[in-house]
Amino acid sequence: MTTNVETREPPQVSGGDSEHGHLEELRRDPIGLMRRTRAECGDVGQFRLADKEVVLLTGAEANEWFFRAPEDLLDQAEAYPFMTPIFGQGVVFDAPPERRREMLHNQSLRDKFMRGHASTISDEVDTMVAGWSDSGTIDLLDWFAELTIYTSSACLIGTKFRTALDQRFARLYHDLEQGTDALAYVDPYADIETFHRRDAARRGLVALVQAIMDGRRDGPPATDEDRDLLDVLMSIRDDDGGPKFSTDVVTGMFISMMFAGHHTTSGTAAWTLIELLRHPEVLARVTAELDALYAHGEEVSYQALRSMPQLESAIKEALRLHPPLILVLRMAKEELEVEGFRIAPGKLVGASLAVSNRMPEDFPDADDFVPERYLEPRAEDRLNPWTWIPFGAGRHRCVGAPFAMMQLKAIFSVLLRGWEFELAQPSESYRNDHSKMVVQLQQPCAVHYRRRREAAGEPPA
Amino acid sequence: MKIIVDRDLCQGHGVCESEAPDVFSVSKQGILTVVDESPAEPLRALVEQAVAFCPTKALRIEED
Repeated sequence: MTTNVETREPPQVSGGDSEHGHLEELRRDPIGLMRRTRAECGDVGQFRLADKEVVLLTGAEANEWFFRAPEDLLDQAEAYPFMTPIFGQGVVFDAPPERRREMLHNQSLRDKFMRGHASTISDEVDTMVAGWSDSGTIDLLDWFAELTIYTSSACLIGTKFRTALDQRFARLYHDLEQGTDALAYVDPYADIETFHRRDAARRGLVALVQAIMDGRRDGPPATDEDRDLLDVLMSIRDDDGGPKFSTDVVTGMFISMMFAGHHTTSGTAAWTLIELLRHPEVLARVTAELDALYAHGEEVSYQALRSMPQLESAIKEALRLHPPLILVLRMAKEELEVEGFRIAPGKLVGASLAVSNRMPEDFPDADDFVPERYLEPRAEDRLNPWTWIPFGAGRHRCVGAPFAMMQLKAIFSVLLRGWEFELAQPSESYRNDHSKMVVQLQQPCAVHYRRRREAAGEPPA
Repeated sequence: MKIIVDRDLCQGHGVCESEAPDVFSVSKQGILTVVDESPAEPLRALVEQAVAFCPTKALRIEED
């Protein structure tokens, strides 16, 4: 990309006068900061995170430039210093697109594996609800975070590994996710409680994986049918005949494989349920759709891959309003130009999913939950490929997006056919906690459940 | 009709191959090859399905 002499520096958003610039505001109200940046600066604005300038892009034109940029211009690996202590040194955060293609294949995320995954996921939901009474209360964050630990470990690593896990793994994993304070842009090992808990959690996960590995070394060898990714990794030897991967590295690989799909799916499941309960008329349409699809005892493994326009629209709208990632970042590797503004090498460049997803020029009634916007002929997601971006876009688009949609459809296929739900606290009290780079529901976030009197698939009495 | 692939967007999910195996082929490494770049009219319905269900919206049809 060439730079012409007339390019200007991006305008700087107001505020950020303290030592670390806008860092405190990013930790307190990141969406407010990003909205103000767009309001004051337009498509290309700038704020400061400690010693790093962040060029924030919003709107279709700037987003398209961002999402089409190749890795050697906008690099992902250096943009997320808070992930290194979580994955561990030497475990790649992100791979170039070519390698991602291979990973997509290797990680069984391809189309042809989806049916088996749908079956695995519905089994996991069945197992979780088997412990429920006829009625009760769950915390949405705890419940969906635990469920998605089981589903992602079962689908990505293998059911044998999954059956060795329990709530302890989910709790430790949650501490890792909570260890993503943006203070990491100053020092990823700063002396704060959430970072200490993060490091203790990682050690705890290594110990759990070590115990599982010890059990396998002492037990019978894996058969072809039950061999999972852990067996494969344990069988790989280095040149001296010893194990090639240490427990620490294996744990880091599992943490990183599960990371992208965990808090994202968990949060989206929770927000979809909250929005459905806030909009009973939509919930009624979704439930009717599911009841009809499963009226003759069909398997979730088959139906979850079929079109469910009502449920899919509700999920898409939950994703648009509450994207699990609100800001994605890259680092400029050389001097770049976007919409007449110069980006110096070494600056961070960000695209704001939270702001773009609610641009009123692309999404009428942008702050309202309107699932109808995805039905033909409106199809506002397809109409706005560079602003409807809960999964990102372009070459770095979330490779797990089809898996995530299938997983959410499978989860709600089980939950909504067997159970009724009700908000357990005032509607406006459900909100996200934005104090960490990994956004999670703020607790408490309880809902009541009750067994449906007339479960789907059975003839009405 | 002619099939156009946006290589910046394709991630090799293989949905097009599932929809229209005579037209699309996705290698083990996730590289898409359009086996038949100008498919005959009877294949139109399948190709349109492949375009519609591509998870990255990397495909489009250009009319002759």
